[in-house]
Amino acid sequence: MSTSSSLSTSSAEILVIDDEPQIRKLLQITLDSNNYKVNLAATGKEGLILAANHPPALILLDIGLPDISGHEVLKQLREWFTHPIIILSVQNSEQDIVTALDNGATDYLSKPFRTGELMARIRSSLRHSQSDNLSSIITVGDLQLDIVARVLRKNGEVVKLTATEYNLISLFVRNEGKVLTHQYILREIWGVGFQSETQYLRVFVAQLRKKIEDNHNHPKHIVTESGVGYRFC
Amino acid sequence: MKLSRFRKVHIGLQLTISLALIAVIAVPSYFMSDLIGYRVVALLLLFGVSVLAMLFEIIPVLITAVVSAFVWNFFFIPPIFTLHIGQTEDALMALMYIAVALINVVLTTKIRQFEKGASEKEEKEKAIKLYNTLLNSLSHELRTPIATVIGAADTIRENDDKLTDKQKRELITEIGIAGGRLNRQVENLLNMSRLESGTLMLKRDWCDVNELIYSIIEDNRSISQHHQVAFIPNEKLPLFRLDRGLLEQVIQNIFHNAIQHTSPDTTIQFKAVQDGDSCIIEISDNGKGFPEDEIKNVFEKFYRLPQTATGGTGLGLSIAKGYVTAHGGTIRLVNGSDGGAKFTIVIPAEASTIKLQS
Repeated sequence: MSTSSSLSTSSAEILVIDDEPQIRKLLQITLDSNNYKVNLAATGKEGLILAANHPPALILLDIGLPDISGHEVLKQLREWFTHPIIILSVQNSEQDIVTALDNGATDYLSKPFRTGELMARIRSSLRHSQSDNLSSIITVGDLQLDIVARVLRKNGEVVKLTATEYNLISLFVRNEGKVLTHQYILREIWGVGFQSETQYLRVFVAQLRKKIEDNHNHPKHIVTESGVGYRFC
Repeated sequence: MKLSRFRKVHIGLQLTISLALIAVIAVPSYFMSDLIGYRVVALLLLFGVSVLAMLFEIIPVLITAVVSAFVWNFFFIPPIFTLHIGQTEDALMALMYIAVALINVVLTTKIRQFEKGASEKEEKEKAIKLYNTLLNSLSHELRTPIATVIGAADTIRENDDKLTDKQKRELITEIGIAGGRLNRQVENLLNMSRLESGTLMLKRDWCDVNELIYSIIEDNRSISQHHQVAFIPNEKLPLFRLDRGLLEQVIQNIFHNAIQHTSPDTTIQFKAVQDGDSCIIEISDNGKGFPEDEIKNVFEKFYRLPQTATGGTGLGLSIAKGYVTAHGGTIRLVNGSDGGAKFTIVIPAEASTIKLQS
C-alpha cells in the first residue's frame, strides 16, 4: 500500500464497528460513494482484531454493542490507536457521549444522523489527525488567531479580549470542529478543581460570543452541544 | 376520598387517637352525668365510635368500641366504679351498646371496601380507555409514515424504469419526511414513558434561554416557512440553571403545536423574561385561539381538539406540561386579547449573578 498520511482525506480506510446490519450497510454504501475504503465489524471483539491487524485511518464505533460495551472497546483501542474514533450513540444519551469523549473519543453522532453531517465529521476529524498545525496564524471563517502575538482578529479588526477570554478562544480555535466537554474546557482554562464552576464557563462563553459572533443569540462559531459541551466551527 | 388519608396513619397512632377521643367524651360527661343522665352518655360514646369507624382501620376501632363499653359500664352505670350492673334495663342497654358499636364498625368497613372496589374498577376502565386511545392514535401516527417508507421504496424498486428522475426524487424526499415524523413520534413516546415511569432525572445546568429559543426557531425553519416567527432576544436575561434538553422539548412541542394548528401567515411570537428566581417564557400566536371550553383539556394525555385534520398523538402538550412540572414550574394557556393562543411557562430556576467586565 502506498502512504496514507500524504493522501487527501478521501480514499482513507475507515473501520465501522456496529452490530446493526442495516446501519453497516448504510455506512458502507455512504462511505464507499464518498471514496473511502470500508471495513466492517459486527462485534466489539471483531472490531478490536480488525483494527489491530489492519489499522485504519478512522474508526466509527457504536456504543451499544452486544458483546463488549463500546466504552470498553474505546478504552482498549485508545491504549495504542491514535487516529480519530467517532462514536455513534442513540439519542438522549448525553452521559454516554460525555464519558466517551472523556475516554478519548474524537467526536460523536447521535442516531438517527444525517449522512451529510457524518461526512463532515469524518472530514474534520481526518483533517485534524493529519495536520499538526504548526502555523502560527489559524483562520476560521471571519476569525483569525495569531498564536505568537496572542491576538484575535475578526474581519481584520483586532478583537479586545481579556486574558481568560483569549485562552478560551485559543482553545476553541485550536480544536476547530471538535466538540469539547464542559469538564475538559474548565480543566484546560481554569485548571483542576474548577470542574464544577460551569456558571463561570457559561458566562465567559456568553461574553465571548458577544465579541466574536455576528449575532450572539444565534452563534455560528461557538455552538452549544446540549448536555455535552461546545463545538467551535 | 379524602377520608382515606386518615387510614394511612400508623395503626398504633390510630388507636391512641381513638382512645383519646373516648376520654375527651367521657371526662366532661362524667362531671355532667347528673345533668344529662348516664344513658345519654352511651349515645355520645356511640357517636364517637361511629366517627372513628369512618376514619380508621377496623382493628383500632373495634378495640375502642369494646373499651368504650367498659368505660360506660365502669364510670357511668350505677353502681359506678364497678363492672356490676344493677338494673336489668341497664344490662340490656350495655349489651345493645356493644352490639350497635360492633355493627356500626363492621358496616362502615364493608361500605368502604365496596367503594374501594368500585374506584379500582373505574381506574381499570380508565386505563383500558387510555390504552385504546393510545393504540388508535399510534397505529395511525406510526403507520402513516411506515406505509410511506415501504410504499415509496417498493415503487422505486419495482417501477424504476417507468419513473422520471423528478418522481424518484420526490419519493425519496417523502421517505425522508416520513422518517423524521417517525423519529418525532418515537421521541414523544419515549419522553412520555420517561415521565410516566418516574425515571426522569433533571439535569440542571446553566442555560442561555435566548440562544435556546433562537436555535429552536432555526432548527424548525423548514416546517415553519409559511408562518411568521417573531423573537426579540431579551438582552437583560441572565443565565438560568435548568434542564436545557427538557426545556427545548417543551418549547419545541408548543411551537410545533402552533405551526400545525394555525393557518399560514399566522405570526408566532416568543418572549423570555426574568421574574425573580423564575424564567418566564411566552409563546403566543395571532391565530384563532382555542375554544374556551377545550382549554382545560389541552394538557391531557392523548387529547386532541375535536375535528382536527392535522395528525398528532396528543402527547406533545402533555409532555410539555410534564417537563415543566418536573422543574416545579407551571404552564398556562389562555386566549390573548387578540384571540390567539398564548402559552405561558414559568420555570423556577436559579439565575446567574456573575458579572464580567468587558
